[in-house]
Amino acid sequence: MEIDYEKIGLKVGLEIHQQLNTSAKLFCKCKPELFKEEPEITFLRRLRPTQSELGQIDPAAYFEFKKGVKILYEADRRTSCLVEMDEEPPHPLNMEAVEIVLTAALMMKAKPVDEIHVMRKTVIDGSNTTGFQRTCVIALNGEIQVRGKNVPIQHVSLEEDAARKMGQEGNTIRYRIDRLGIPLIEVATAPVIHSPKEAEEVALAIGRILRATGKVKRGLGTIRQDLNISIKNGALIEIKGVQELELLSLVVEYEVQRQLNLIKISRELRKIGVKEEDVKEEFFDVTEIFKETECKVIRKAINRKQRVLALKLPKFKGFLKRELVPNFRLGTEMADHARFWGRVGGIFHTDELPAYGITAEEVEKLRKTVKAEKEDAVVFVADNPENAKDALKAVAERARQAIKGVPEETRAANPDGTTRYMRPRPGAARMYPETDIPPTQITDEHLKKISSRLPELPEQKFERLMREYGLNEKLTRQLLDSEYAELFEVIVNESKVSPTVVAVFLTETLKALKREGIQVGKVSEEQMREIFRCIGRGELAKEALPDLVSWLSKHENRSVQEAVEKLGLKMISEAELARFIEKVIEENKILVQEKGQKALGVLMGIVMKKLRGRVNAVLVGKLLKDKLEKL
Amino acid sequence: MSEKEESGYKGEALKAIIKAEAEIGDIIRVTKNGQVYEGILIPRSEYGDEKHIVIKLKNGYNIGIRVTPDTKIEKIGKGVKPAFTPPPPPVQNPELPKVAVISTGGTIASRVDYRTGAVRPALTASDLYSVVPELSDIARIDTQILLSLFSENIEPKHWTEIAKNVAEKIEEGTEGVVVAHGTDTMGYTAAALSFALQNLPVPVILVGSQRSADRPSSDAATNLIGAVTAAAKAPFAEVAVAMHETTSDTAILLHRGTKVRKCHTSRRDAFKSINAPSLARIKDGKITMLTENYRKRDPTKKLVLKPEFSDKVALLKFHPGMNPSIIDWFVEKGYKGIILEGTGLGHVGRYCFESLRNAVKHNVIVAMTSQCIWGRVNMNVYDQGRDLQALGVIPLEDMLPETAVVKLMWIFGQTENVEEAKKLLKTNITGEFSPRTTFDKIGNK
Ligand SMILES: [Zn+2]
Repeated sequence: MEIDYEKIGLKVGLEIHQQLNTSAKLFCKCKPELFKEEPEITFLRRLRPTQSELGQIDPAAYFEFKKGVKILYEADRRTSCLVEMDEEPPHPLNMEAVEIVLTAALMMKAKPVDEIHVMRKTVIDGSNTTGFQRTCVIALNGEIQVRGKNVPIQHVSLEEDAARKMGQEGNTIRYRIDRLGIPLIEVATAPVIHSPKEAEEVALAIGRILRATGKVKRGLGTIRQDLNISIKNGALIEIKGVQELELLSLVVEYEVQRQLNLIKISRELRKIGVKEEDVKEEFFDVTEIFKETECKVIRKAINRKQRVLALKLPKFKGFLKRELVPNFRLGTEMADHARFWGRVGGIFHTDELPAYGITAEEVEKLRKTVKAEKEDAVVFVADNPENAKDALKAVAERARQAIKGVPEETRAANPDGTTRYMRPRPGAARMYPETDIPPTQITDEHLKKISSRLPELPEQKFERLMREYGLNEKLTRQLLDSEYAELFEVIVNESKVSPTVVAVFLTETLKALKREGIQVGKVSEEQMREIFRCIGRGELAKEALPDLVSWLSKHENRSVQEAVEKLGLKMISEAELARFIEKVIEENKILVQEKGQKALGVLMGIVMKKLRGRVNAVLVGKLLKDKLEKL
Repeated sequence: MSEKEESGYKGEALKAIIKAEAEIGDIIRVTKNGQVYEGILIPRSEYGDEKHIVIKLKNGYNIGIRVTPDTKIEKIGKGVKPAFTPPPPPVQNPELPKVAVISTGGTIASRVDYRTGAVRPALTASDLYSVVPELSDIARIDTQILLSLFSENIEPKHWTEIAKNVAEKIEEGTEGVVVAHGTDTMGYTAAALSFALQNLPVPVILVGSQRSADRPSSDAATNLIGAVTAAAKAPFAEVAVAMHETTSDTAILLHRGTKVRKCHTSRRDAFKSINAPSLARIKDGKITMLTENYRKRDPTKKLVLKPEFSDKVALLKFHPGMNPSIIDWFVEKGYKGIILEGTGLGHVGRYCFESLRNAVKHNVIVAMTSQCIWGRVNMNVYDQGRDLQALGVIPLEDMLPETAVVKLMWIFGQTENVEEAKKLLKTNITGEFSPRTTFDKIGNK
């Protein structure tokens, strides 16, 4: 189905987060790194929702608290101190991070604020030991150009990254606080993106600008994209945590599909006359029916003395199996709500039964017990009564929302581009000042200094690289998207090797080596420069590059010279080469006599096969040609 | 602008705000260098300069804007004051014990005005119930706001006031008293109440928080729940401090008022029992006594209130190179007692001896504690110690220096008689001396 995104009124805004490559965290001097070992320190906390002056408490937050959710934090002494543990007030704002964000902000033509005020954004899922995330606006009202269109940048902010969720055992959620406090830049666009493809292009453009600062971290887990998506008659949906750029357009596509399908379902439900008040929170204990069940999940629950509770959804038959996006049905949506509010493993519903060991007979009995008519659906859960009730309440609520249309909510991105229910959308931003950190003024002198050494914009650099080095468009693009654009210029300028050779090596060759599992990152920039200096002086052939890099990656801290010797890649002299060529011609006398000059290609192949990496192919060609001519 | 005092604005910024007739909470528009900023006018921190005004943008963020001659400020909307109606207090369970909660200033519960960022204490009973709902299952609470002081501003006269107030509550038949207190001098107040409130029938529990109550991670609520539990149910009738045992929110320790010290500037587990076991632990709502040596709760006991303190007592920490004329100064100013915080087993440099001799000659009580914090003074081991005793310096065993100075202040609130005062100083009145010290962990675990 081709969707006319303009017609359905698609509006997307992006929030791009990327970790900064600073020497210390944002509010303390800890290393901004993660640890893999067992934690040295663990501690258990609870977060209590704070009341606002209006006496309001975030309902989702209060719900979590009432359920007795505890958080077990894991730490080690290298990556965390008392600040991350919320046992010491934060230290002043890391100015190295502020400067990087200012640089990126100015590149996006945003206007820096005169005075930075760090705020506390309430987050009580445990990902922040304090119960809030520290964040501050650094600049406002910027814009970037994407394919000739102006994309307004609403704000560029600096914030602390959150702790990493490691798992959950019952009511205890485990977080590791090594990541907590790593500085993040946040770039928020206005909701002016109107197609999935455009979302990806804008994200890519912002990513290029951030990389151009040369001070952002790279690799998996260092970038996170949040989106807000709305369509006409749909709802504003926040989607958190898209880790890969390539996934962005798919996430938007799926979300549009999901909303369109939900709108369709709501229309149909209303057409057949279902009203919100028809969905009653009446729960039936149907444990008896499943006494002898073959269904393993229900068996286990009953053995644990848990109960099976059921809920009737009037006239919902057939709707629960309706696919919203591939492999994701309205029933799946309800199950996600049940999991969040009821802490159950999942739900069963009659649209997917008989299956999972549940027989047609059991379904029949179930329908009878809850007095379900033919067109009704029945949802049931096996768990302790309290959880089961909470889960079914959530299902009932979600069913009512389905009649109404698309509910506003915050969703989390799955690796396949679909999303799942995360929590209701928080009310007005619950932010208040971080009084432990004094406001930081940005002076005009400071700004002037940063402005004077602003990195080139990616588009300018793109054009310059093509012009100055004669690279083609594709190669230039690849080079800019790699981490080696700076190194490229250094190498070309000092080695005088052909720019295209250097660029191909830094992009395609290295990518191919990485695919083969070679840890290219272990070869230092200095080693790469040395290799190219040798090539430039004619001591090495460019064909030797892959072998050299591969050897150096496996032998850390060894020199390029050593690699050359160990691999026998030393160039042979012109005289030696000449002798070798004579020998090859001698060995292929008949061929040469038959083909004359035309034997060049075959002979070239033979020589190169023997001497690859130790000779310059151009020289081989020239010598061969000379010899053949002289014959 | 009517809230000038509260607003924190001064100088240029204040002038500009007055000119725009804007008040804190109003929506304003600031135009500067072609940029337009709209948001709510936020109060300025008292440490902020006079050149910036702070607004809260629609997205919730605060930013500071420098006021220049061509900065234009307009008021575009009137602020709406949040009207807070606390939820009705829960139905009190008449079966539950009555506990009085007296506040002296440390905020144990607060509420955030997300509009302006102001944090306001929540101190009435219904406030406490709505912020810490668990309390309604533990006790029937009656609250009183006695003082509103940072703990470093609390003086001996406030101890008197607190002690009298606690005594009143006990006379009224409350089954336990909780005193909310800033943590910095909570140990001193705990010692003071230990001497002022004798023959206690019920427990008196001091409580504070190391992380402010407005943050979700605050230790305030957990500590308060622990304190109210102890006040309502603990089997002992002593003055104690209730604070976190570790960095986790799992257990609350109760420390005897004369044996407790704040040992860390910021950690939740800053309070430690020194030279004595902790009194009790509260975990999952249950109280476990950690010593057999305690005075039992007994409602039939008659409280003896002795709330007077003298402020003519000093605590002096000896250090290499200390100028002994400091001691002379105290004597000249009519001080009645000096507690020395000596080195090691209880020593000061010989160059202070002359001044000490002079102090004793003038009927000033001079007594010795140790700056080691942990351990007992012993002035019989070295000559220097024996000589100090010969001068009339009284060794105070394992008493904490802070407890010693409070005790001597209290003693001179009871008597003018120096001999009687000396006798009292050496008598174990409320567990300030431990007869023996067992081998327990000190410092880092
Ligand atoms: Zn740290």
